Amino acid sequence: MAAPMLRGCCLARRGALACIDGGSRHGRGAAIGCRSSGKRGRSSVAQQPLITAQKSGKGEHAWAAVVGLEIHAQISSNSKLFSGSQVQFAAPPNSLVSFFDASLPGTLPVLNRRCVEAAVMTGLALKCHINKKSLFDRKHYFYADLPAGYQITQQRLPIAVNGSLEYSVCVGKKRSQVITRTARIKQIQLEQDSGKSLHDELRSQTLIDLNRAGVGLLEVVLEPDMSCGEEAATAVRELQLILQALGTSQANMAEGQLRVDANISVHHPGEPLGVRTEVKNLNSARFLARAIDSEIERQINELENGREILNETRSFDCKLGCTIPMRDKEGKQDYRFMPEPNLPPLLLYDTASLPPGADPQQVINIDRIREQLPELPSETREQLVQQYGMLPEHSFTILNEVGLLEFFQNVIKETRAEPKKVTSWILNNFLGFLKQQNLAVNESPVTPSALAELLNLLDRKAISSSAAKQVFEELWRSKGKTPSQIVSEKQLELMQDGEALNQVCLAVMEEHPQVVLAMKRGNPRAINKLIGLVRKATLSRADPTVIKEILEKKLSS
Amino acid sequence: MLGRTLREVSAALKQGQITPTELCQKCLSLIKKTKFLNAYITVSEEVALKQAEESEKRYKKGHSLGDLDGIPIAVKDNFSTSGIETTCASNMLKGYVPPYNATVVQKLLDQGAVLMGKTNLDEFAMGALGSDTGGSTRNPAAHCGVVGFKPSYGLVSRHGLIPLVNSMDVPGILTRCVDDAAIVLGMLAGHDPKDSTTVQDPVKPFTLPSLTDVSKLCIGIPKEYLTPELSSEVQSLWSKAANLFESEGAKVIEVSLPHTSYSIVCYHVLCTSEVASNMARFDGLEYGHRCDIDVSTEAMYAATRREGFNDVVRGRILSGNFFLLKENYENYFIKAQKVRRLIANDFVNVFNSGVDVLLTPTTLREAVPYQEFIKEDNRTRSAQDDIFTQAVNMAGLPAVSVPVALSNQGLPVGLQFIGRAFHDQQLLTVAKWFEKQVQFPVTQLQELMDDCSSVFEIEKLASVSLKQ
Repeated sequence: MAAPMLRGCCLARRGALACIDGGSRHGRGAAIGCRSSGKRGRSSVAQQPLITAQKSGKGEHAWAAVVGLEIHAQISSNSKLFSGSQVQFAAPPNSLVSFFDASLPGTLPVLNRRCVEAAVMTGLALKCHINKKSLFDRKHYFYADLPAGYQITQQRLPIAVNGSLEYSVCVGKKRSQVITRTARIKQIQLEQDSGKSLHDELRSQTLIDLNRAGVGLLEVVLEPDMSCGEEAATAVRELQLILQALGTSQANMAEGQLRVDANISVHHPGEPLGVRTEVKNLNSARFLARAIDSEIERQINELENGREILNETRSFDCKLGCTIPMRDKEGKQDYRFMPEPNLPPLLLYDTASLPPGADPQQVINIDRIREQLPELPSETREQLVQQYGMLPEHSFTILNEVGLLEFFQNVIKETRAEPKKVTSWILNNFLGFLKQQNLAVNESPVTPSALAELLNLLDRKAISSSAAKQVFEELWRSKGKTPSQIVSEKQLELMQDGEALNQVCLAVMEEHPQVVLAMKRGNPRAINKLIGLVRKATLSRADPTVIKEILEKKLSS
Repeated sequence: MLGRTLREVSAALKQGQITPTELCQKCLSLIKKTKFLNAYITVSEEVALKQAEESEKRYKKGHSLGDLDGIPIAVKDNFSTSGIETTCASNMLKGYVPPYNATVVQKLLDQGAVLMGKTNLDEFAMGALGSDTGGSTRNPAAHCGVVGFKPSYGLVSRHGLIPLVNSMDVPGILTRCVDDAAIVLGMLAGHDPKDSTTVQDPVKPFTLPSLTDVSKLCIGIPKEYLTPELSSEVQSLWSKAANLFESEGAKVIEVSLPHTSYSIVCYHVLCTSEVASNMARFDGLEYGHRCDIDVSTEAMYAATRREGFNDVVRGRILSGNFFLLKENYENYFIKAQKVRRLIANDFVNVFNSGVDVLLTPTTLREAVPYQEFIKEDNRTRSAQDDIFTQAVNMAGLPAVSVPVALSNQGLPVGLQFIGRAFHDQQLLTVAKWFEKQVQFPVTQLQELMDDCSSVFEIEKLASVSLKQ
């Protein structure tokens, strides 16, 4: 299959498939490569360099980075975790606030069933153990957008524990070797989101919007099983795809539905782990990998220069391209955790433990939710490979781009063209155009039907592949026209009349005796020149292979 | 009329002997006469008269809503009342008008009850009337010669009750007699979707049976409640009560609640921890008091909270936060929780051994004069006040204080009955039998006031206490 990798498409950063090369892609400072620790003993590990400061001798002072993640995903639900207020993005400030959300005294939390089901479903998809009994706790801190002075969370006994998240990286010189990695999931806990503080620097005021206060969050804690920014970003992307497939979170980073904190440390392999820092609020897919890598780089430089790493909270300054310490006036926080006395333990059941005669509205059956699990991204990709003979790395690209899978499937439904051809067109031409114009799939002026029709024309050799590209470009410009319309307007259909083409070939040969002579003398490139001339004469409406056949026939006769 | 029981007044209303408006006006005038007692923080006169008028219309049409229609009620000022200021007697909530009714308030209003106003309390109910966290319904009832009933935890909704200790708070019922308490409980009890700690089982209004035979009853007398501080007068009334049961054929046995002595310390740790957490919301941002300082959010918090809370509240917040610190959590909070479990198990063991109801004093002694009362600091005072009552809150059990007799000084003394969890009806049935035997004289506030020659002195004291 002809389709090459899409190198220009920022695939590594945003995709659930990271492409990792051996050299320094950063062009400055320490060279950072992934997968430095050999403890997981994968064969690919040997190919990856350890992180080495440039000034030290090769391999002598190899550094390994250790990255763990805490990911907050907003639960996709109609109402908040403990109140009946609606959940909605970009509503007018403080328009979605119940008495409970504003912490009016005497109000009490009432747990939202939908949020619990979302947590269970996410836990099952991530191969977690679901705790049949979990507890809620209060985590105290004073902040203007936390009205009650505490957040209700699950510190002691969360709803799901001990899962794993599989994500894939592609390695090797051609980046064609897909390797699956696993990050262990420590726990998934249900908790409340906070409100938003809007700082008006000019008037030195802080304005509070409580619309988000109390929205249900899933906090997914990933063990420090990653070793660079790209691995982390790839893991986050995979989690995002899983959440979206489950429908448990829209997981849109730009709308703050998915937020990431990273715990980062560096050490020499075989030695104890280094002091870690926490980089907070990595709320953009673009900066996630960069922030983590720059923090790793900073820590290595600090240590190489004989300084120490402080256990601190940092944030990523995307303008400076590095992490900076966060202002933390209160110093070390003690959250004074306490059981939430207004919520009894959250009990879940499976079919075996379901109490007889239980009100289905009052109980949650884990087995029932397991039955409802949809196809997960890894299964979808496997399906693409099996059904359409797609290369694994292409299946990743298809899933990573929002809406692309659906687009692909719709084209496949309507075209007779080979699936490989479809894949190639979508990954090269279609996605290339989107990237060039910075558009999302759903903003594309080319519909799946239009592309399917175009591929059909190509498939039955009604147009040449170069004409097809011309039609495709035209589709992009003139919305609403069908490929057939464009083909007939521009007279791009291939000449189906063999005699006419024969005549054109003869005429071209007569006009260019030197080229014919060169051919006869055995110059292999001369025929291409003739083919080109014939095509020009036919306004590119002739199939080059047919032209070649005719020319060869005439010359040999 | 104002000295009668709920049932008697209800009957008088139904027979037209008195109208709801007349009754309401009588109450309002008594409230005005007794203003020097500071019993009310807010008197909702207009609302009350309007509600009484509506009730009157219903009676005229013959559409009375039931036993509570037209009955004057008062609600402690820590229950949220829609449109009526609710302060918890705290500067922090001065001027705070809740936009909603507590579930129990709503239920009473739905039954046609007429809300006279919001009664006074220690700041955030740290020792006073109508809700019961450590004894705040039963103790005042004992001192005032009325029935004070604390239902089982989870039977009555806490939604809208501004919390002191969520895991122990229960709306309390103060009435003239046990039957009245049962009527009100019947109206209030039951699952509230807004309070996840209320039990799901449906509760129906009930009437208490009149016991004639107590021979099948087993009354437990916990030996640990015989403390050296117990006044001899109360002790003797307690013994008499036990003898009464025994002479009528009940089995009366001494029982042991071995962890009783640890209860008050344990209560202190758990109570202050929850207080510290619950008070975190009072930051001056969303409602209530806010200071003028606007240098920074942190400075605003600090000044607002300093101005808004009194010393007792601040002291509890500080100790509670201390107990919840990471380094102290195991040693204090977790330990206290374990002790709480032991205390609850003490009760379970006693009840499992065949005891139906426990009989104890409610308070160490009769009410002390104000001058005596203010000698002790709040911690000592609440430790003494709640000595016989708070263990019940930690175990979530129902308990009721029933007035038994007047002391030599002429002041009321009450005794406490403690029942099994969710056996509130059984408990009240026993209490009703006892009430009938002792025939406690109905307190006539009017007479007391007429007799009271030192009113002016009291008035002076009251105004002193206000300025503090």
